[in-house]
Amino acid sequence: MFIALAAFIGFLVHNTLLNLDARGIHTGFGFMNERAGFSISQTLIEYTNSSTYGRTFVIGLLNTLLVSILGIIAATIIGFLVGIARLSPNWLLARLATIYVEIFRNIPLLVQILFWYFAVLRSLPSPRQSLSLFDAFFVNVRGLVVPDPQPMAGFAATPWALLIAVVITIVFGIFAKRRQMATGKALPVYWIGAAIIIGLPLIVFLATGSPLEWSVPELTGFNFRGGINVLPELVALWLALSIYTAAFIAEIVRSGILSVPQGQTEAARSLSLPGAITLRKIVLPQAMRVIVPQMTSQYLNLIKNSSLATAIGYPDLVAVFAGTTLNQTGQAIEIIAMTMAVYLIISLTVSFLMNLYNARTLLKER
Amino acid sequence: MTTPTNSTFRTEMIEAREAPNQSRGVAGWLRANLFSGPINSVVSVVVILLIARLIWPFLEWTVIDANFLGSSRDACTGDGACWVFIASRFDSIIYGFYPEAARWRVDIVFAVLAVLIAWLAVPRLPQKKWVVLFALIGFPILAYILLLGGHFGLAYVPTRAWGGLMLTLTIAVVGIVGSLPIGILLALGRRSKMPFVKSICVIFIEFWRGVPLITVLFMASVMLPLFMPGNIEFDKLLRALVGIMLFWSAYMAEVIRSGLQAIGKGQNEAGQALGLSYWQRMGLIILPQALKLVIPGIVNTFISLFKDTSLVLIIGLLDMLAIIRAGLTDTNWLGFSTEGYVFAALVYWIFCFSMSRYSQYIERRLNTGHKQ
Repeated sequence: MFIALAAFIGFLVHNTLLNLDARGIHTGFGFMNERAGFSISQTLIEYTNSSTYGRTFVIGLLNTLLVSILGIIAATIIGFLVGIARLSPNWLLARLATIYVEIFRNIPLLVQILFWYFAVLRSLPSPRQSLSLFDAFFVNVRGLVVPDPQPMAGFAATPWALLIAVVITIVFGIFAKRRQMATGKALPVYWIGAAIIIGLPLIVFLATGSPLEWSVPELTGFNFRGGINVLPELVALWLALSIYTAAFIAEIVRSGILSVPQGQTEAARSLSLPGAITLRKIVLPQAMRVIVPQMTSQYLNLIKNSSLATAIGYPDLVAVFAGTTLNQTGQAIEIIAMTMAVYLIISLTVSFLMNLYNARTLLKER
Repeated sequence: MTTPTNSTFRTEMIEAREAPNQSRGVAGWLRANLFSGPINSVVSVVVILLIARLIWPFLEWTVIDANFLGSSRDACTGDGACWVFIASRFDSIIYGFYPEAARWRVDIVFAVLAVLIAWLAVPRLPQKKWVVLFALIGFPILAYILLLGGHFGLAYVPTRAWGGLMLTLTIAVVGIVGSLPIGILLALGRRSKMPFVKSICVIFIEFWRGVPLITVLFMASVMLPLFMPGNIEFDKLLRALVGIMLFWSAYMAEVIRSGLQAIGKGQNEAGQALGLSYWQRMGLIILPQALKLVIPGIVNTFISLFKDTSLVLIIGLLDMLAIIRAGLTDTNWLGFSTEGYVFAALVYWIFCFSMSRYSQYIERRLNTGHKQ
């Protein structure tokens, strides 16, 4: 059997080399240093027409990560809200959440992306008739325009202050836990931590003279000047990914909460713990054990699904690298292999971390 | 012994009094479910307002103000949706560019498929085994002969002309029928004691599960021709089908593996004690139990597979979604994308929702025997 497999692989490699030879394609990664010569509509780092193909790979990867992270945040928030709403004693709210889940879970993501992009965002008004919020946020057919923060001299102190505040909070958290273990008295860690994390950077920010200016978008002629223009492709993809994934997350959250036995809540009540503490200290920690692994696989799905960006032309890894770059260079094997390797590395890393988490939170059976 | 006639005691039961007005009927239901407290009442009001703001305009757009009849764009007079767009392209949405004279062949395949699915889905109908056998072997051959043609005096229809819902269903059915057996083999391989077989299966499964389907389709359309000896031309549809089958077989394998794990070790050992061979033990004892346990999981994988058939439009196959998209670029019908995508969403939704309902129904049915 081993020999058969080896022979089969040898046969494929042989064919491939012959075919590549016949088409005049050279194997190898030399093309990564060649000049790309096409432009990309959204670049998080500097990029021009004369950048290399290697650069297009990085740009595509960053764009994929951007939309994935935005999507994961939004999907988690919507998913938790909908999942909890499904368990609400309010009949209408529970029904509404059920309808949400059943509708969005059963429609292909690609249809949803195309719907948001072509049917909703394309029918928005032109820049001159933009819909605006507080005269700072504008929505039009060319996307979303939001104010752009412009750091001035001395702004660097604020992020440092934030970092220090986080460190102090962590140290304080550990101290509070030790104290609770020793004396049984709990400190209001969340409130104090929030105060430190918000307060310290704010004080530093004000003390250095508020060194941050907002470049507010302004309508000049036919377009906006200033501010950040978020591509409509990004908005459509983001909406579709988060709404679609949220439907699955909602089901996971619901099943996680339902998996905690009723007896746990009843026992907490008989110890006369208040409702909020029951939820936070008894129900949620046990529900998380069920929720987190499934949630991670949803996150991975979201990252993989973000490759559908290519259908509407959002410049993600697949569209830029496995699309344009592949068409221009013809290095199919190297490019597809690199693209797949990126997704594989992401999934394998996350699965590995997940296994560590699982091992840590496993029920300790004695 | 006589019943005491003392007036201190009652001799007959009092009629149960009716529940208080407030907890009966519509008012009672409303109180219990919508207005049981201040927070609940506020939530209810907000939800009702939300429904009024969102769902009512949607209904107005899709049904009340919509146009259904007509043949050209002139028929779109209402403020709502104009379903004339869908109606005018209905044939190509179903059949793609399949030649009109040969469409009866597609109809026959659809009809047989519908009968098979109905037969398998309704638990009361008999002879399941033979129907499954026919669905897995006879039906694909029949569909292949009828759809592609070229034999028995049927005109040849190249796969380039296939499209619409017919192509969507073809991809879905081939994907489902193909990925299940491969998935079973992979799942068995992953639990095998032979390290070589096991590691090959683990690598295969983890590889396909780690990459997005689009890159697989790209690979199938760009890289597969490079792997084959120079003169063999692979059909584009066939390449996509191979990619989809391999991709989903990995997911199927994981679902089936979870079923295999749920079957106690004793079953296998009992089989060994009876002197059954590996394949006899698997085929007669383990798999029938394991597959039954994971039917809901398998159906859920089918649902995902069905939804993901829409991705083939990215490599240029004309499935239902692609045909609708192509219709939207028709200059006579510019600006009807909402109708187009809402219709596509509805069709996919009907298929997926009925499958998910069926899987829940099966889950409830199976629960009776296995709950401990």
